[in-house]
Amino acid sequence: MSIMQYNGGSVIAMVGKDCVAIASDLRLGVQSLSISANYQKIFPITDRIYVGLPGLGTDVTTLHEQFRYRVNMYTIKEEREIEPQTFAQLVSSTLYERRFGPYFIEPVVAGMQKLPTGGFAPFIAATDLIGCLNFAKDFVVAGTASEKLFGVAEGLWEPDLEAEDLFETISQTLLNAVDRDAFSGWGAVVHVITKDKVVTRTLKGRMD
Amino acid sequence: MPDGSFAQQPQQRQFNPYTENGGTILAIAGADFTVIAGDTRQSEGYSIQTRYAPKVFRLTDRAVLAVNGFAADGNMFVKKVKQRLEWYRHAHAKDMPLRAIARLIQTMLYAQRFFPYYVYNILGGIEEDGSGAVYSFDPVGSYEREACRAAGAAQALVQPFLDNQIYFKNQMAAAGQSHPLHLPLSDVLAIVIDSFTSATERHIEVGDGLEMYVVLAKGRSSQGLDGLRGAQEISTTNDGDRVFVIRRELKKD
Amino acid sequence: MASPSVYNGSGFDFSNVTRNSFLEGRGLPLPKATSTGTTIVGCVYRDGIVLGADTRATEGPIVADKNCEKIHYIADNIRCCGAGTAADTEFTTALIASNMEMHALSTGRKPRVVTAMTMLKQMLFRYQGHIGAALVLGGVDATGPQLFTIHPHGSTDKLPYVTMGSGSLAAMAVFESGWKPDMSREEALALVAAAISAGIFNDLGSGSNVDACVITATQTDFLRGFVKPNERVEKERRYVFKRGTTAWKKEEIKNLVVSETVVGHGEQMDVS
Repeated sequence: MSIMQYNGGSVIAMVGKDCVAIASDLRLGVQSLSISANYQKIFPITDRIYVGLPGLGTDVTTLHEQFRYRVNMYTIKEEREIEPQTFAQLVSSTLYERRFGPYFIEPVVAGMQKLPTGGFAPFIAATDLIGCLNFAKDFVVAGTASEKLFGVAEGLWEPDLEAEDLFETISQTLLNAVDRDAFSGWGAVVHVITKDKVVTRTLKGRMD
Repeated sequence: MPDGSFAQQPQQRQFNPYTENGGTILAIAGADFTVIAGDTRQSEGYSIQTRYAPKVFRLTDRAVLAVNGFAADGNMFVKKVKQRLEWYRHAHAKDMPLRAIARLIQTMLYAQRFFPYYVYNILGGIEEDGSGAVYSFDPVGSYEREACRAAGAAQALVQPFLDNQIYFKNQMAAAGQSHPLHLPLSDVLAIVIDSFTSATERHIEVGDGLEMYVVLAKGRSSQGLDGLRGAQEISTTNDGDRVFVIRRELKKD
Repeated sequence: MASPSVYNGSGFDFSNVTRNSFLEGRGLPLPKATSTGTTIVGCVYRDGIVLGADTRATEGPIVADKNCEKIHYIADNIRCCGAGTAADTEFTTALIASNMEMHALSTGRKPRVVTAMTMLKQMLFRYQGHIGAALVLGGVDATGPQLFTIHPHGSTDKLPYVTMGSGSLAAMAVFESGWKPDMSREEALALVAAAISAGIFNDLGSGSNVDACVITATQTDFLRGFVKPNERVEKERRYVFKRGTTAWKKEEIKNLVVSETVVGHGEQMDVS
């Protein structure tokens, strides 16, 4: 049992056609004892950026506050909203700063990136606990159910899913993965981000 | 001493009799057929020992056994099971029924309770009533009959995918409809192939080749196999249950 | 007034170390970071240097990234392949690239490979191997083609053909049998691709594609995805779910487009 499994929890993000989705379970536990079935680990950063922070509970809170502070400072200094790519780099350097005393979090970023043409492009990224970025074009996963998420996502995901289809694919991936993980589950939440709206749904699933 | 000191210190040496040779196996039971599959890569650490080491074996015309874990133990175990089945044939002039093979495997595994075969077994085939069956075992003989099971290095990747696609877990059926209890053979084979290509993508110990054994109940047509490239029959008679093998390439990186 | 800075002071922050070693002492082992199992190589040829790398990143036996970039930018005429702890290779090379730019600006000269090599080895030696970066550094400068390997503890080698990472033995076997002095660009690229391929197919820690980089006195060509021998085959089936398959309890829609309707108000302008 490592510190990464102490509180449990998993996050996944997927790319669709002109949309992205990010989803997580809602469990907070202490080893095998479940404490909460409504522990949110995905947070909005801007209107179009969400970050998932699976890992040690105390660091979820600390890092979320840290990111909020740094993004606010960036917004004031730059007089514009941060873009997903930039935010991913901010996450990465924040974690690597503590290379030799890390936060036990593996963040997942999902958002819509503004293009020079005025449109939006989907963006996802994940890092390990010391900030090594992974820009995938399909999906990224993190948390105690990451192996299961990799397996199911590799089977279910396909390119260019519409927002509603992406919701089904990411939800099915998450639910079936966390049902095989002792440290994740107890409810799930999905955010589907498109250029003009964010749809947040709380899923019905096994609560054991 | 390696640290430059000359003090005599007691040293303990240990022989580890086990290794882990990677790979993954899986079996799915249909109404009147069973598919048992495994990849053919055998590895140790970061090295590939061979790209073709079968993990799935035909025991009789109605039983196929997949073994995964420590390859040496697996091969020895299959050899001993086959020997016991031959003795049974000599004594009773017929093949052992599937559920009896399952119980035999349990006793053979539990006999080694304190020096176990480091192997996960999945037994697939046709029961005496003609239904498809899968039995999965732990290394010391605890077993259960199921409709589908994955084991080995990529078990964590494949099993939840099977839960979703075979058992329809977390899926609501369309209004006024219900999920089928058993899938047709063509669908099962497609899911098996996709499970292995997915596991190959994300698990470094899975790849090289795929062997799928299909056991058909007596009298069942080979529907679902006909259109398939390179299905090869390996049963000894064609008036009982029949066994086929299908081979596919997997990525080699 | 405090300036709106996004960053803290430079250098590592050790403030979590006490907490983490306490946790470790309580029997919770520290988790391992993403490592690039990796095959990376470099070789000298007639007109310069060819570097090569695979594109697999692993977390234990799981492939975390199927197509990552392991050939990092140092300067226009210098590149560096990284193996080991992925974050360390990424940030170490980025830091040295930055310092090399500053150095080039202050000296007004094209940067030399030995300069980058010295900066890297001094940094890695200072951290006594705790920064887990194993590097292949190559480039062409005023002194000609240069090729180095740098180990995590700071030791360096200067050789005409080098390999590193978990696939280094597979790749070196190819170099030992196929390398010769004064190869052409095509010969060198083919040899590097063969060496990386040996790693990709024979070492489980390496996989996916071959990235290559050719550096000559006049230009640098980064050949991302030079060979792609491991594309996923088409799936047997599609797995798109019928809409409405997943049951959900609650929905919230946040609209990001502010809509407003302009209501006519007051006197119309006289436009007659």
